[in-house]
Amino acid sequence: MLSLIRAVIGRDLRLAMRRQADIVAAMFFFIIVVSLFPLGVGPEPEQLRRLAPGVLWVAALLATMLSLPRLFADDHRDGTLEQLALAPEPLALIVLGKVIAHWLVAGLPLVVLAPVLGIQFDLATDALAVLTLSLLIGTPALSGIGAIGAALTLGVRGGGVLLSLLVLPLYIPVLIFGAGAVDATVTGLGAQAHLSLLGALALGGVFFAPWPTAAALRVALE
Amino acid sequence: MLEASNLECVRGERRLFAGVSFRLAAGEMLALQGRNGSGKTSLLRMLCGLTPAASGEIRWCGRPIAQIGEEFRSELCFLGHQNAIKEELTPLENLLATARLAQEALDEEAALAALELVGLLGREDLACRYLSQGQKRRAALARLVHEKRALWVLDEPYVALDRAAIDLVAGLVGAHLQRGGLAVLTTHQAVAVSAGSVRELTLGDDAASQQRL
Repeated sequence: MLSLIRAVIGRDLRLAMRRQADIVAAMFFFIIVVSLFPLGVGPEPEQLRRLAPGVLWVAALLATMLSLPRLFADDHRDGTLEQLALAPEPLALIVLGKVIAHWLVAGLPLVVLAPVLGIQFDLATDALAVLTLSLLIGTPALSGIGAIGAALTLGVRGGGVLLSLLVLPLYIPVLIFGAGAVDATVTGLGAQAHLSLLGALALGGVFFAPWPTAAALRVALE
Repeated sequence: MLEASNLECVRGERRLFAGVSFRLAAGEMLALQGRNGSGKTSLLRMLCGLTPAASGEIRWCGRPIAQIGEEFRSELCFLGHQNAIKEELTPLENLLATARLAQEALDEEAALAALELVGLLGREDLACRYLSQGQKRRAALARLVHEKRALWVLDEPYVALDRAAIDLVAGLVGAHLQRGGLAVLTTHQAVAVSAGSVRELTLGDDAASQQRL
């Protein structure tokens, strides 16, 4: 079981490494969107500090969305998805492997970039640490929930737009608690409660999402 | 071992076939024939459990495949219309990745031997994107060389292949039948298999079964 998940992760990471343009594009999108805000709203540190958590989190959501349509589309096009669906192990395990690989490729780079970009907003060190931590805990939930949407819109024409309409509303709780954790730190309330809820969302997202995703993929393959 | 009774396929508002029944024992091959659009691929996908049948039942060793899903899939090797190889990976990596995903032990030496047999030695380090259509098909078919699963379902295995490769694939299927395996394949070409007995089934020859619902 673990060897199968490892095999899926290994294959997807290798494919991502052969196609680095996709990863780099999503990362640059994140950097540019976040950097536009200080230029647009002006240089007052007080205002920027208040905007920072929301801006960074919204940009992270959108950057994750960019890579979602290709999560299953490539495998669907070249017939690999059929092979995965016919593997003797449950399809949900394979989906779990793909979700983990997606997070490593699309989520983890955002976590690494966030503290550097946060400096532009004059965030204090503890707020930067909580921002990074909240992204580290929250981004797996984005990959998990996004996988459901990616599977549901598989093979649909104009699926990209439909995917954002489906998935972005489901991202709202992650956004609220993720940005809220940083806000709570800035105002001195402590981020513990927000981070715990975010952790619960991430666990739920990663471990329950593969089942509906697998069901949606089987429907798409019919 | 493989038994289909009274299968019906409905696509949209059109019935492709109805009342298709056959029984396949160890060492037997079913050659599916029929004109384009007669439902050959749909029947193959039904046999794999990818598409549910509108009515009828498919049994493997006496049990409906819908009930023994994972057990049945561990006996099944499906090669579809698409090659199921990754353009970014080399033939060698594709072969090894496919084996790992199917939870089969395949070492690099065996994989290289398989690629040599299908005539891709010397290309094993080239991304599949740079291969010709026939070479891609060969890369996909290389997994049959070490394939030990009992039921092979092959959709148009001979497409894009040259004469030598067609004989090679027919030889692989023949050896598989000789080991007591089963094979179902669609083809428009009459290709003789060296061993095993071949049954033929033609879809869509009666106009009555194909009708609008």
